[in-house]
Amino acid sequence: MNLMLQQFPVVFQALNVGFLQTLKLFFVTGLGAIPLGLVIAFGSMSRFKPLSALTRLVIWVVRGTPLMIQLLIIYYFPGIELHNNWWGGGESGRFLASSIAFIFNYACYFSEIYRGGIQSIPKGQQEAGLVLGMTRGQIFYRVTLLQVIKRIVPPMSNEIITLVKDTALARIIALQEIIWAGQSFMRGSHGISGAIWPLFFTAVYYLLFNGVVTVALGRLEKRLDYFR
Amino acid sequence: MAILDVKDIRKRFGNTEVLKGISFSLEQGQVLSIIGSSGSGKTTLLRCLNFLETPDGGSIAVNGQVLFDAAAAASRREADIRRSRLHFGLVFQSFNLFPQYTALENVMLAGRLLAKEQPDYKARKKELLDQLDQRARALLDQMGLSSRMDSYPHQLSGGQQQRVAIARALALSPDILCFDEPTSALDPELTHEVLRVIRSLADQRTTMIIVTHEMAFARDVSSRVIFMDGGQVVEEGPPSQVLEDPVQERTRRFLESYHQSDRFTGP
Ligand SMILES: Nc1ncnc2c1ncn2[C@@H]1O[C@H](COP(=O)(O)OP(=O)(O)OP(=O)(O)O)[C@@H](O)[C@H]1O
Ligand SMILES: [Mg+2]
Repeated sequence: MNLMLQQFPVVFQALNVGFLQTLKLFFVTGLGAIPLGLVIAFGSMSRFKPLSALTRLVIWVVRGTPLMIQLLIIYYFPGIELHNNWWGGGESGRFLASSIAFIFNYACYFSEIYRGGIQSIPKGQQEAGLVLGMTRGQIFYRVTLLQVIKRIVPPMSNEIITLVKDTALARIIALQEIIWAGQSFMRGSHGISGAIWPLFFTAVYYLLFNGVVTVALGRLEKRLDYFR
Repeated sequence: MAILDVKDIRKRFGNTEVLKGISFSLEQGQVLSIIGSSGSGKTTLLRCLNFLETPDGGSIAVNGQVLFDAAAAASRREADIRRSRLHFGLVFQSFNLFPQYTALENVMLAGRLLAKEQPDYKARKKELLDQLDQRARALLDQMGLSSRMDSYPHQLSGGQQQRVAIARALALSPDILCFDEPTSALDPELTHEVLRVIRSLADQRTTMIIVTHEMAFARDVSSRVIFMDGGQVVEEGPPSQVLEDPVQERTRRFLESYHQSDRFTGP
């Protein structure tokens, strides 16, 4: 116990550095996947059959395989099979590859939520808009979008909470996120070795951060409570 | 000159021809009621008039201006169709209000978006928006909803929602206002308040086409009645003829079956 208290300041600082990388991956994924998901959703709903079929095939593959394997393929395939490491070396290369894998994976999940949300809006509202001389774009932005957002907040909340925890998967390509930082004290780092408690302690970070995310999304859900 | 001239409208879905050449015309200020059994094509006809469906044949002219001609339909652009739609208004059976907007916002939304397309919008913005606001308030007032302008649709009864929908359709001053069974989704008490509003519009000589199963109301409010069956106009004439003393056997049978079911389901 005494030893843990002695180690705490050093561990705390290292975990914070790792957690910063976790947060970066989380926000980059969110910022990329939320709009990309909409593009993919429109692709999967396209009236041009080849496009919608291809999009749905891609979604099926991405959702049907582990994100961990996608990460490994995206990170190692260019370097090993094409003998050309697109990502560049070091931590920045690992971060770039992780971001691409996470954004694409989550965009596919989000797109299915969006599609369900868009298709759940009664068609009569679009027709009412058309009859009132509104363009399809106006109907989407002024009538459909906010209702879709209202309906997708609960399922999106689930995905986003999963994303917080999934960032840990980037450990597999040695991205120096918080799990990596916690593990480093087992091998030996900052003069501490054989300590496993830092790894266990990382759970507190996830828990606290998910608490913040849950409260924020709950507020958003409340703010959209004024209509049905 | 007729305000509306519909000539030989045809529409097929797959292999079934739903409208088999519908023709009629309508004078300014007239009310036309359309009756007919389920599946006879009444809704499809209204959807064609509002360009939610593209007819396969025929033409539609308003005030002598041809808005649609099947012979030239391929060359119509989305923007032209949008313009054409503004000649008609449509009130749906299921209201279709926009749930995230208040009653007042529902009535104003389309007008506000159209105003933005005016070349001098920037300079006259405040004036234009004030006009729209005043008109929307006056319409809701006329619908008996002056105290519910800031309510959201889910806070309104079905009858109130339908009256907002009528105000919304009137806000753009269409030449012809269409109703597709406007009271079918309502309880009897609420039906009454909506019919009263439609009747007051008729008194103000609003040109209307009303698809309805309310025979007493149709008799009362219409200048003319059309009976449709199997995608065709079977009989057309003043309500005293079509509803009380029809010439055609099919009309007679429809009305008889109608009165019978009326007796079974009536109070
Ligand atoms: N989009 C569509 N695709 C295929 N068939 C359709 C479509 N819309 C309507 N129909 C068919 O066209 C016929 C006429 O339908 P319509 O809705 O115009 O009838 P209606 O007179 O309004 O009936 P109701 O009194 O039940 O409202 C029906 O047989 C219907 O099944
Ligand atoms: Mg119908």
